[in-house]
Amino acid sequence: MYVAVKGGEAAIENAHRLLADRRRGPRDVPALTLEQIAGQLALAVDRVMAEGSLYDAGLAALAIKQARGDMIEAIFLLRAYRTTLPRFGYSKPMDTGAMLVERRISATYKDLPGGQLLGPTFDYTHRLLDPDLAGDDMPEQPERREGAAEESRMPRVTEILAGEGLVEPDGALPDSTEPADITRTPPEFPQGRDARLQALSRGDEGFLLALGYSTQRGYARSHPFAGEIRIGEVEIELDVPELDFPVPLGRIRVTECQMINQFKGSAKAPPQFTRGYGLVFGQSERKAMAMALCDRALRAKELGEDVVAPAQDEEFVISHSDNVQATGFVEHLKLPHYVDFQAELGLVRQMRREFEERKQTSTVKEAAE
Amino acid sequence: MAEPEQSQFSRREAMAVLARAPEDRVLALFAASGLPEAATPLRGPETGLVALRGRIGGGGAAFNFGEATVTRASVKLPTGEVGHSYALGRAREKARIAAVIDALAQKPENRARVADAILAPLRAEQRETDGRRREETAATQVDFFTMTRGED
Amino acid sequence: MDFEALAMEGGFARPVLEAQSAFRALMDALARPGTSMAGFPVPGPPAPLSPEAGAVALALCDPDTPIWLDAAMREENAVAAWLGFHTGAPIVAHAAEAHFAFVADPGDLIGLENFAQGSQDYPDRSATLVLQVASLEGGPALRLAGPGIETERAIAPRPLPRHFARQWEQNNARFPRGIDVLLVCREGLIGLPRTVRIHQQEG
Repeated sequence: MYVAVKGGEAAIENAHRLLADRRRGPRDVPALTLEQIAGQLALAVDRVMAEGSLYDAGLAALAIKQARGDMIEAIFLLRAYRTTLPRFGYSKPMDTGAMLVERRISATYKDLPGGQLLGPTFDYTHRLLDPDLAGDDMPEQPERREGAAEESRMPRVTEILAGEGLVEPDGALPDSTEPADITRTPPEFPQGRDARLQALSRGDEGFLLALGYSTQRGYARSHPFAGEIRIGEVEIELDVPELDFPVPLGRIRVTECQMINQFKGSAKAPPQFTRGYGLVFGQSERKAMAMALCDRALRAKELGEDVVAPAQDEEFVISHSDNVQATGFVEHLKLPHYVDFQAELGLVRQMRREFEERKQTSTVKEAAE
Repeated sequence: MAEPEQSQFSRREAMAVLARAPEDRVLALFAASGLPEAATPLRGPETGLVALRGRIGGGGAAFNFGEATVTRASVKLPTGEVGHSYALGRAREKARIAAVIDALAQKPENRARVADAILAPLRAEQRETDGRRREETAATQVDFFTMTRGED
Repeated sequence: MDFEALAMEGGFARPVLEAQSAFRALMDALARPGTSMAGFPVPGPPAPLSPEAGAVALALCDPDTPIWLDAAMREENAVAAWLGFHTGAPIVAHAAEAHFAFVADPGDLIGLENFAQGSQDYPDRSATLVLQVASLEGGPALRLAGPGIETERAIAPRPLPRHFARQWEQNNARFPRGIDVLLVCREGLIGLPRTVRIHQQEG
């Protein structure tokens, strides 16, 4: 039976008004500006850009404000917005070696060329809440080291290591004419590493973090070292038909992680260090590291390893990494399922009746015996 | 009469400077330059997406890893020169004016004014920003004081 | 590629509104197969691409829709350049890779089976052929029937691809796969979605 019902219009409208009021908060407190969000909650903005898969700090800040700070809601808003825009094309592959570096560390090489640059990191803070931040005290100006070398390529640790042949080279793909694009082609498994990396780059930070952690705890152990993490701005260029040179579009900030994994070799590959790669919008170190761990784990088949753990299961990881998809399916359970439930209720009542009848017959039988 | 600026003027570099510049600076410097604004739009200004590509491992096969908003414009001057602009973000007025600047700079007689009144100040500001950021980062470099540093 | 001003001029004067009006005309044309839609705004593309075909391109094509051009269109570099500049669509050499085909000379067109037909799972991954006809009248009389047509509708466009009615029958047989056709000329635009059945009247 199908029962069409209508209603709730006034309730929904009032709910929207109430939401707008609660979003605004106490009216005697000044409203947040987008510049404040982008400038002072920059890492939240970065996360929304990364998982919304759209680089635009102003829009991400607006999304955070509109979502009252609910990050997945903000990511959803950004994803929805991007579908309204036409695609101009694909950029030239960016060169992270030519990055204007703001942070660059290696856990494998102390004295790497260019040095260990800590940048604006939480790493050496004591994780003690700072009551002074409740006020509006201006911090000191950052220290400057004059005469820092003007613009030179900063080689990646993996480039330095590659010479010896003990580390596998950057991931080449066989007959990679056109990189996969998961925003254009529905997913099919198995996927290429290019498609997986695209999915991981927009994947939920918490989900990837948990999976990366699971590999460290023994579910697909991969003996990782953080070969290099770098954060900074990279130039973007686009080939367009009307100009005979690639057009510079400006710069974006990205975080890159080169994970180096010990590998004892398999039937397919000699003993060497293998690699996992992470590349994420903004300053998103945890996400880039988790992504690199997952990338390496998902290469199990390619490297001839047994697939024994969740992090190595491509279909499991990729199908569940997108938090917009995940929240859509989980949250749709809130929508009216009145008719489905009525049907289920009827079914359970009937089964219960049959169960009681069976019980009664068996009691009668027992009594008769 | 050979103009040295003419050969040194790089259209690509000019577009890079304009792409990075904040909208209000481009508009202000253009207005102050006194260069004529008249142009017919050929396309845009319009905002769309560019899919961004990285390389696996940093230098391997290309992969798509996200998108960015990009705004572009193409215009034609009354004298026939066609100019283009592209930049990350959603600044439409900047896109239109940057396309006008690109078109104007194709005429040798405008080049010096474009270079001096618009590009030079923007370039200086960008160098200053980059230099400051580089120096701030350099101050966080770890000096392992018990170690001899690699002089070979 | 030669980027003369010819390639960059002649877009829609008001891109959003005009593309929407053209899209509306296309939607109506496909909803009512055989009915000629006219009066939609047209751009000024370089010949031999017609203004009406240009309107279809600006309304429907973008960097995700590869375009195939017939020999007459390919002969004029400005056509590919104009489409590239205004839509961003890549031009492909193989008909099977195209989402749209623009045809200046329908009488000489390669067989319809050479274009992407879509798959059983994704029948939408098929080609839409935009045929520039000389007139919507004066050709062999065709009777159309099917969804969007109450009883029957008669059209007589010319020229059409060789053995068009027979080729169309084969196109019908591939359903849900198959191509869709748009006929364009000065007089307007006619949609022939793959669901329409075509009978050529004898004599």
